Amino acid sequence: MAFPTITIALAGNPNSGKTTIFNNLTGARQKVGNWPGVTVEKKEGMVTFKGHQIKVVDLPGTYSLTAYSVEERVARDFILNNHPDVVVDILDASNLERNLYLATQLIEMGVNLILVLNMADVARSRGIDIDGQLLSQLLGVPVVFTVGKLNEGTQDLLEKVIEVAHQKKDKEKTIYVTYGKEIEEELGKISEEIVKAKPKLGSHYTRWLSVKLLENDPLAVREVKSWGKSGREVLDVTQKSREHLEEIYHEDPEILITEQRYGFIQGACREVIKTSTQKKIDISQKIDLVLTNRLFGFPIFIFFIWAMFQLTFTLGEYPMNWIDSLMSMIQTVVSNLLPAGLLKDLIVNGILAGVGSVIIFLPNILILFFCIALLEDTGYMARAAFLMDRIMHWIGLHGKSFIPMLIGFGCNVPAIMATRTLESERDRILTILINPLMSCSARLPVYVLIAGTFFAGKAGSVIFSIYLLGIVLAILTAQLFSKTILKGMSMPFVMELPPYRVPTLKSLMIHMWDRGVVFLKKMGGVILIGSVIIWALGTFPKNPDINKKYSQARKQIEAQYTEKIAGAKTPEEQAKIKAELEQALQVLNIKINQERMSKTYLGRIGKVVEPVLKPLGFDWRIGIALLSGFVAKEVVVSTMGVIYSGGEGEKAAEKSLQKALKAEQFNPAKAYAFMAFVLIYTPCLATVAAIRREIGTKWMIFNVVYSLTLAWVISWAIYHGGKLLA
Amino acid sequence: MKPLSTLKEGDRGIIVAINNNGTLRRRLLEMGFLKGTEIYVEKYAPLQDPMELILKGYHVSLRVEEAKQVLVELVSEET
Repeated sequence: MAFPTITIALAGNPNSGKTTIFNNLTGARQKVGNWPGVTVEKKEGMVTFKGHQIKVVDLPGTYSLTAYSVEERVARDFILNNHPDVVVDILDASNLERNLYLATQLIEMGVNLILVLNMADVARSRGIDIDGQLLSQLLGVPVVFTVGKLNEGTQDLLEKVIEVAHQKKDKEKTIYVTYGKEIEEELGKISEEIVKAKPKLGSHYTRWLSVKLLENDPLAVREVKSWGKSGREVLDVTQKSREHLEEIYHEDPEILITEQRYGFIQGACREVIKTSTQKKIDISQKIDLVLTNRLFGFPIFIFFIWAMFQLTFTLGEYPMNWIDSLMSMIQTVVSNLLPAGLLKDLIVNGILAGVGSVIIFLPNILILFFCIALLEDTGYMARAAFLMDRIMHWIGLHGKSFIPMLIGFGCNVPAIMATRTLESERDRILTILINPLMSCSARLPVYVLIAGTFFAGKAGSVIFSIYLLGIVLAILTAQLFSKTILKGMSMPFVMELPPYRVPTLKSLMIHMWDRGVVFLKKMGGVILIGSVIIWALGTFPKNPDINKKYSQARKQIEAQYTEKIAGAKTPEEQAKIKAELEQALQVLNIKINQERMSKTYLGRIGKVVEPVLKPLGFDWRIGIALLSGFVAKEVVVSTMGVIYSGGEGEKAAEKSLQKALKAEQFNPAKAYAFMAFVLIYTPCLATVAAIRREIGTKWMIFNVVYSLTLAWVISWAIYHGGKLLA
Repeated sequence: MKPLSTLKEGDRGIIVAINNNGTLRRRLLEMGFLKGTEIYVEKYAPLQDPMELILKGYHVSLRVEEAKQVLVELVSEET
């Protein structure tokens, strides 16, 4: 017997454990995407239970369902327009009163609601005893208890979902929040007008709309306005009601309504909650005494960030080496299997080289996102915002901006998407504009290569200083922008500090995997195409004459050394001369490769931009590496691989890029200027696309121009400053 | 009656009014900052801003300049 698919929507406050419940329900079968039109993350999953297909949609976490933030609007629109069969409201049982505020709004919307009292164990340990049956009676809504982190109560919830989805809702039995005589009278008047204008809306929606109009909710007002003349009459009545209430209470109606809702909740809570002797051992509070301590707060914070980076880069080294060996093995096998020619060149030097240089950083990215998930799930992220707000506010940002900034170190794309938690558009624009200065993990391969080659022994400190440079520039940029183009007030801070929690491994793994998949997809798509384009630009037009041109020189060298070897007295001397021969041949090979490169399309483009880069000490070869970095910054490394160690010739390919670079006349100042340029200049295509999607083409162009200019200025200063010091 | 921002760590107050008509007030109301609600000053951040408060059994942080707009009646001083 097949049942129709049941759609359920998960609603709830931030920090109510909604994500854990979602993971418990759907397991790994999740689809992560975006809500249409906005970039708030939308998660969906399927679960089969007792022959029923249940589609679970995770709504953004909100405290309320007004229309003042994108998240709230998304959640509200989904409930109103998509009519999910059941709305499941996840509540933090240890913080019932505030969590019930959202529930009252959902009840008012007349949805098929189930209340889930999550973290029931925490509540109990705090001596809070909730009578679920009584709560269910008082609110007219079924109540289920769960402990998300132990996966307790998931079965009960699914049973209840099926029960509620199949029962016809008894509209008469529904319990409303009542707002007191005066307000109810005005609500009655507004409802009457609405019924006159639109008789078929149904009693629930009519009442909900009346309340929203009385609250002066912009979306509700807009909807009624769209009705035309009859809508205007509704609004006229609403205006009179609002004025009447203000006259009596000397308060805005929205405040009166909020107070009444809380009054209703307080009444319910008094009846259902039994607080036993206060077990005042609040571990969370004790942890906080240390972690946000006046003296230790910042050192600990800096330590965590440092530890996160250490873990990412030292632990990540092992799997990186494995992947490296694996990739070179594949390359060797493919080289041996394919006949020499263009196809082999494309696969080995275009596709495999490009993908290989990126996939090697997958371990780093997974570890970094694991750490970020750990900070988020433990509740430390909110403390980081608490510690940092003073500084962020001074820059002209919100403490919450710090979180996207931190994620920016992983990848600017999810970081820019995470700015959606900021309410004010001004804060969002500013946070997005400076985010690319947070050095993402894609830029790391470039630093590792350059710092490892030219600052051996202190590569770690040099890379750290590049990250710091990015942060300093972000601060200066933010101050500049907030005093000029984005002058204006910041939004209210008001941020919940959830209790510290032990995160579940499952949730951390899912979080890490989601981000990893995004990275892989990006790699599979944009970077692969980019690598192939760059390979093609660097290969065509073919110049078969070049080897002929140098064959004479090659022969000369070989003849010269053959003579010497023949004249050698001891085997040792012979070996020494042989090594010299190889050296000489390699120098010639690089010369050939570079001459060949300079004739290709890529080389020609590099020559065109060379005059602009000359003052920074960069030549056309660095120019083409930087150009290829537009696709994605990690491509800079693979392009340099092609340019400096040369594509052709087995010997040259075997030489590591580092050795090839060392042969170049890179001095430390130039190397550092190059790293700074890579840090600052135009973010990768995916980031540019994310910026455009979030704040529009105008800001995207502004960001591209600004970052190019800044990169040039800073690199110039470093290069010339370094030359003075040297 | 005095601004919430003048309270010290460990002080307790009862909310009397919110002197703001914008987004701040709406957000505070949703989060339960209602007249008559008891509020406890848990601590100030290391840089003295923002401040951490406990009300209705949960922790929330507010900037000092925002807390200035919340008027409270001092109930008890730090013990």
